[in-house]
Amino acid sequence: MPPYDNDRVVVELTNPGWSQPEIHIPAGGGDGEPVQRIRVPAALRYRYNPGTAPTEFLLALANKKLVGGVCPETGDVYVPPRGVSPVVGRPTSGTVEIGPNGTVTTFCVVHIGFGVNAPPTPFVSALILPDGAAVSLYGTILEIPIEQVRTGMRLEPVWVDDDELTTSFENIKYWRPLDEPDVDPDLLKGHM
Amino acid sequence: MADGSSNELLEAPLVIEYPFMRTTGPVIGAFLTGLRDGRVLGITGADGRIVCPPVEYDPMTGAALTEMVEVGTEGVVTSWSWVTTVREGQPLQRPHALALIQLDGADTSMMHVVDAGTSDAMSTGMRVAIRWADEREGLISDIAAFVPAGAQ
Repeated sequence: MPPYDNDRVVVELTNPGWSQPEIHIPAGGGDGEPVQRIRVPAALRYRYNPGTAPTEFLLALANKKLVGGVCPETGDVYVPPRGVSPVVGRPTSGTVEIGPNGTVTTFCVVHIGFGVNAPPTPFVSALILPDGAAVSLYGTILEIPIEQVRTGMRLEPVWVDDDELTTSFENIKYWRPLDEPDVDPDLLKGHM
Repeated sequence: MADGSSNELLEAPLVIEYPFMRTTGPVIGAFLTGLRDGRVLGITGADGRIVCPPVEYDPMTGAALTEMVEVGTEGVVTSWSWVTTVREGQPLQRPHALALIQLDGADTSMMHVVDAGTSDAMSTGMRVAIRWADEREGLISDIAAFVPAGAQ
């Protein structure tokens, strides 16, 4: 991806609203350009522990599988599993395999990409409802012109090569269209 | 059913990093330019005292300050504490002092590190001198460290 342009002009101020007097600097310095900007990166370094239910999700991803947690009352499957049903607030009753194919529930066209794995812009970022799940996952849709992407479209995940599989959601490189009839968007209501 | 019997619990590094770029303004910019040029600049306060590192506005009156002056590259430790356990990202990757240093010609102190080897070599009132970085680029780290005067 092209480097993000830190020097781009965001807005031109016609009247800055403040001013600073001229500074007198004693002679004797070098003849280089004066420093006007500095890079001051800040980082917070954590050891992240996803917990038991997301760990199961990530371990399944290493085998190119998607799993979700089952609500003990409604039977709805939530992905990624969090160990607790977000609807009834009780521990999920188990973990089931879902997908990996899915359906577009909503999407947008991305014109400003960021992150090391962002594809060239413009591209489509979508919410994708894995078969058997009650909620959607984020994904990128490629291998189709962006103007042809639509809600209800059927997709399959494209995985990284087997020797690159890790316990990461990035095992799914992107999603691509399946040659299957669209799902009626009315059936996707409440599943974003 | 997926295999839910695993007892393995995953853990991974998670780094949240912001690549901030900030403008320095004319005063801090001149201070950093000075460091790149191998000299230290302070600024004359409303009461005539020399503030170093320089500030844009007088600490007492708030008046905009404009008269920058060159101060020394040696000075006196006015306060210090010893860092035994060094953390990633600190200026020195070995035990060192964090100190307030009043440079010759300045009336205020700046915080920096003193590469003194052991805490026994540290004392309030000791004289220290700048050890410049091998390559200076206009950052506070152009001062690699202060060292006991005469040892640089």
